[in-house]
Amino acid sequence: MEITCRSLWTLLHGMGFGALYLLACSGALVELYRRYAPNTATPLAPGDDRFLKIYLVAMSVLAWLTVLTGAYLIYPWYRAIAPAGTTDLSAFPQMLLKSNPATSGWHSIGMEWKEHVAWLVPISITMAAAVVIRYGHDLRNHPQLRAAVLSFTLISFFAAAIAGFFGAMLVKHAPVEGGRVFQLIHGE
Amino acid sequence: MNEQPADCPANAAVLPNGSGAAAILAAGIGAFMVALLAILADKFAFIKNLFVFYKPTGPLSGVTTAAILIWLVAWFILDLRWRRRTVALRRVNTLAFVLLGLSLLLTFPPVADLF
Repeated sequence: MEITCRSLWTLLHGMGFGALYLLACSGALVELYRRYAPNTATPLAPGDDRFLKIYLVAMSVLAWLTVLTGAYLIYPWYRAIAPAGTTDLSAFPQMLLKSNPATSGWHSIGMEWKEHVAWLVPISITMAAAVVIRYGHDLRNHPQLRAAVLSFTLISFFAAAIAGFFGAMLVKHAPVEGGRVFQLIHGE
Repeated sequence: MNEQPADCPANAAVLPNGSGAAAILAAGIGAFMVALLAILADKFAFIKNLFVFYKPTGPLSGVTTAAILIWLVAWFILDLRWRRRTVALRRVNTLAFVLLGLSLLLTFPPVADLF
């Protein structure tokens, strides 16, 4: 059982940073909705407030790590140009997808949407983190601010889900492979 | 104004909403710039070449870097102007949501290809 270096980075980008972000979204949405609901009688402990702030900062870090590893590490491997005359395109995922009408849509719609829509995620969640850090429990006095933070967090979830879905489908049809090979476990 | 929450003293100062409004509108602007610059880079070869900040990543590097810079500059300027003010948040939110909605729509390739 072995894994290539590029495959490992793809795994870290999608299953590590990206999937963790998607999982974290539900917690953030519930907490933002419940904690800062106007006129709620539930008292807020200062430690609770600090936890949510750290949680949102961690989500922002995850979002930035996801887009930066995607754009600057994996995307160059994905869009590598094959030398003229290359018949085996397995090391050139974009060209492999475009070489077949049955798979070209995964690039022309999937990758082209994913590579741009994913950037809405760090922008939205960084804003949410900044507003929660600035206002803290005072958000209870600003229902419209709270609504905007909730909405941007929700949209960041959808944008991350779009990017994650197409990332998974692209890996299925044209995996990014190559580089050093790591032996994980010796089979029987 | 809403009632003070149970854990806040009645005379606790309420922060003006300007700083939050600046962050929200700037995020809408940043998101929209990703979509707008991506379309411009797709339509005009000279913009596409201009945005190749890092060759292995191609024009995506310039599109996203420029959008992020515009977002941060917009945030800084809006925050400077609004941080001590209470602004009409309903209008700011509406504008930010329209920009965010447009960015979702315009990054979708079949829609972007209409231009």
